Amino acid sequence: MATKVVMAQLSPTMEEGKLLDWKVSEGDRVEQGDVVAEIETDKANMDVESLGAGVLRKIVVEVGQSAPVGTLIGIIADDDEDIEDLLALADEVRASLESGSAAPSAASSAPAAARTGAGAQVANGAPDPGAPSAAVPSVVPGMAGIGRPTPAAPVRADGERVKASPVARRLAAEAGIDVATIAGTGPGGRVVRADIEDVLESVGRGRRARPGADVPPRVGFEARVEEASTMRKVIARRLTESVGPVPHFFLRREIDMEELFDFRARLNSRPGAAKIGVNALLLKAAAEALARHPTVNSSWDEAGAVRYHGSADIGIAVSIDGGLLTPVLRGADSLGIDQVAAQSADLISRARVKKLTPEEYLGATLTVSNLGMFGIDEFSAIINPPEGAILAIGRTAQIPVAHQGGIHVRRRMKITMSCDHRVIDGAEGARFLATLAAILENPGDFIS
Amino acid sequence: MTDFLGLSAEECTQLLRQMMVSRRFEEKAAEAYQTGKIGGFCHLYTGQEAVAVGSITPLREDDYIVTHYRDHAQAIVRGITPGAVMAELYGRVDGCSGGMGGSMHMFDKSLRFMGGHGIVGSHLPLAIGVGYSIRYREGDQAVLVVFGDSVVNIGAFHESMNMAARWRLPVIFLLENNKYGMGTEVSRVTSVRDLTKRGLAHDRLTTVSVDGMDVLAVRQVMDEALDRARTDKTPSFIEARCFRYMGHSMADPAHGTYRTKEEVESWRADDPILQFRARLVEAGRLTDEQYEDLDREAIAEAEASADFADASPVPDAGAIYRHIYSGPYPDSMTRRDGWREVV
Amino acid sequence: MPVITYREALNQALREEMQRDDSVFLIGEEVGEYNGAYKVSQGLLHEFGEWRVRDAPIAELSFGGLGVGAAMAGLRPIVEFMTWNFALLAIDEVVNGAAKMYSMSGGQFNVPVVFRGPGGTALQLGAQHSQSPEPWYSYVPGLKVVSPATARDAKGLLKSAIRDDDPVVFIESEIMYNLVKDDVPDGEYLTPIGRADVKRAGSDVTVITYAKMLHQVLAAAERLEADDGISAEVVDLRTVRPIDVNAVVASVRKTNRAVVAEEGWPACNIGAQVVDDIQREAFDYLDAPVARVSGLDAPMPYARNLEKLVVPDADQVIAAVRHVCGRRGQS
Repeated sequence: MATKVVMAQLSPTMEEGKLLDWKVSEGDRVEQGDVVAEIETDKANMDVESLGAGVLRKIVVEVGQSAPVGTLIGIIADDDEDIEDLLALADEVRASLESGSAAPSAASSAPAAARTGAGAQVANGAPDPGAPSAAVPSVVPGMAGIGRPTPAAPVRADGERVKASPVARRLAAEAGIDVATIAGTGPGGRVVRADIEDVLESVGRGRRARPGADVPPRVGFEARVEEASTMRKVIARRLTESVGPVPHFFLRREIDMEELFDFRARLNSRPGAAKIGVNALLLKAAAEALARHPTVNSSWDEAGAVRYHGSADIGIAVSIDGGLLTPVLRGADSLGIDQVAAQSADLISRARVKKLTPEEYLGATLTVSNLGMFGIDEFSAIINPPEGAILAIGRTAQIPVAHQGGIHVRRRMKITMSCDHRVIDGAEGARFLATLAAILENPGDFIS
Repeated sequence: MTDFLGLSAEECTQLLRQMMVSRRFEEKAAEAYQTGKIGGFCHLYTGQEAVAVGSITPLREDDYIVTHYRDHAQAIVRGITPGAVMAELYGRVDGCSGGMGGSMHMFDKSLRFMGGHGIVGSHLPLAIGVGYSIRYREGDQAVLVVFGDSVVNIGAFHESMNMAARWRLPVIFLLENNKYGMGTEVSRVTSVRDLTKRGLAHDRLTTVSVDGMDVLAVRQVMDEALDRARTDKTPSFIEARCFRYMGHSMADPAHGTYRTKEEVESWRADDPILQFRARLVEAGRLTDEQYEDLDREAIAEAEASADFADASPVPDAGAIYRHIYSGPYPDSMTRRDGWREVV
Repeated sequence: MPVITYREALNQALREEMQRDDSVFLIGEEVGEYNGAYKVSQGLLHEFGEWRVRDAPIAELSFGGLGVGAAMAGLRPIVEFMTWNFALLAIDEVVNGAAKMYSMSGGQFNVPVVFRGPGGTALQLGAQHSQSPEPWYSYVPGLKVVSPATARDAKGLLKSAIRDDDPVVFIESEIMYNLVKDDVPDGEYLTPIGRADVKRAGSDVTVITYAKMLHQVLAAAERLEADDGISAEVVDLRTVRPIDVNAVVASVRKTNRAVVAEEGWPACNIGAQVVDDIQREAFDYLDAPVARVSGLDAPMPYARNLEKLVVPDADQVIAAVRHVCGRRGQS
């Protein structure tokens, strides 16, 4: 079935849009939901996602061209599908765009296609002259995912609707679990809350975030090298030229440590368990936060690329005689807190006696540097290239703060994040830091 | 009644003037209705002015009125400004009910004008409740409750009259018998020709019938009823025989379907304003020039009421919930209002 | 705390409020010399005299309206309907009069009247004397509708209703007058209108109910705990207009399951509204569709065996709870 890609109206005032980029070339395979193009509207740049699958058979509107709302800008259809009518429409569009006359709208031309009995509608096998447009879904740029606060009813691989209660769907979505993979134990096999909690428990993850701790779900890493956008290259060059080899910026945040100390006490009251230090909790929290903001787990490649790393490899800044070493706790996002504590203790003790192999101190993706034990309130650390960021931890101090309507003395810690502006922008860094704060302030929900 | 009930020339002129203002007001309301300024049901009082003026002017400030939906003139005679009544008809904030009541629901607590009520007969029980409160507090006020001829066939009429007579409640039941309950001539649906017989079933209830086109006659029986209410605490039932010139509401014709043009004209010949004017002129209490001046004033007052209403703002959306409960309207219930963002 | 009956609790509330405020009076059939058809007004005529305890003729429409008019004139009338079945004759004065007066007068005349009397199902009284009236009134903006289930709540809520500046429909129960007894604090206390009360805490399912049905629900909850290991939280609405949506939603968010139980007919009843509130405000917290327990959709039959089938009891509540809890609930 052919899918028309059209210039859709995205704001009440939008009359035309400019084609910024085709993300696929003619002849490329396109799946439903793939981003096929980028459009500049009068308000913003929007991705165009395909509502159908097939091959991009024809690019009608070229990059840099503008077209009125409703114009056909591309045609997606099966390889062997007859799209003669749509191609004819494409010619009309091109001609009118070049001559500057009004482009025929994709919608208004559809009945003509239907009347001929040929083209896309026939390929669909169900021509209906009365409702020709029904056979040709249009593509709506950037709208996928908008206005869908509740996870949709999931579907199993065989196409059968999965019975899952609303609360189970919500918890599963938050935890990144596909409910179709879970056997429900509710009435009629419905997946219920307890089923999701069982899964979370079995994989050693905490329960859902408490209200107020607004932490995004883990989204997973994807090791890849991505061509940097023109803008990104320009920003990289300009920031470097103006500031230095690594353009730093700094984000500071104060974190309430009461919960973390309580949590540590609970961990350390477990019979037979090794003692957990605050440092291990900080390392684990940093890894958990990275797992929720994988774009922070990245490096600038001088070749003009951004390198996104496949795991949270946390560098531990260890002061040693005559300098500094940063042993790397690899894959900290997938380690339990006991493993983090044991491995980091081992690395730190060997670093102090310079008994580390190069593999053990090279290639961190983010470093944690703690000067709190020296009584430092807060400081700004220099990024260890090519890492994207470094966390500078100050001391934990008892200070009076407004809390639950009164003034209370609470243990608070200041944290400063240095970011490489070539790969991390301010808002993204701030979101990462907010997540880190939420994890440290509700550790029981995220660390186990 | 050649002595005009002891009223001075000035007082008589006031009675005439109130009837004329009511008449001109209703004419202005009819015009505003036709131009779409007034919506909904709109029941005009034209022709019945002598009943309102004769029954309401003898009341004391601390007496009460409970009335039906044909209430514009009664509101004005009681002292609500024509502007506030017209603004109510226009649905504006300066209306006497804040634009929340409309034609059928004029209220003014300060004047003890306790509402026009829209369900035929439903307000008679309210009136005996007010009467009960007077006796409860051992006061000497009275309640005037006004209703139409259809009400004599309603249960609440008998129930309320029964309790008022049994417990000696100072209630004056004033029947405006304009012969038609909407489009039905009262005798077609009533088992008794003389409606005052409906009052004979109760001890301690004084029943009287009066010419409702004669303002002084109405006033005289009201004076007597008020005296009974204040001294004996006994209720009265007054039938005022009158006629409305217009249709039941703006939605039906003055004549043609259920009554003839001749009948309307025969009543008009006995017009309460014209007959009272003639009597005053004859007695040398009024000149034609004075009458013309009064009429100009009445027209000006009606016009001014419309100007006032026009200038008054419409209510804000917050008024919808403002007076449903004395306290705030529960937030959990506004959340049920669906997708409309009203307030 | 003394244990007293629901009837005595109401009698105490009336007496205390009439002593406290001389604008409060009671009017209704048999309230005076007879001491109340159900003896709720026992002794009040003797104490307060006939102007404050008024025996009315059998004319609900007009003594109901009398209450509205007296309230407009500044008194605080309590209109007793011998039963709510008879109050249908007065519903115009309640709905078109009391409920709307404050609004349609633009805020000039509020109506502080209480309409009270027994409602709900009784024993073999047949079709006209055995029904639940609260949905008829709960539909109406301007009214508050209260239906307490315990002596303690009955007293505290009636006192609040009498002091309320708006019309309150207060629905009692012939059956509960004598059978329900519980601890009632000595002296002055008020129970707020519009607030639900968690009568039993639990974690697996929320059962929302009110009035006489509460007692069936509490019995069911005990049996569910013992037989099934299901921990049911019981929320007694106490006021059915306005419903304490926040309390209902908070409980359902905790338990993820809900059953609404009441005696009345199933269509357009209180439970239907509660289910709507739950699906709007707690959809993402539900583990199962909300179940409703109600009376059968039929005029009440006289025959004892049929009446027993029509009126819901603890067995239906248990069945509904097991249903929404699914297999997990049954151990």
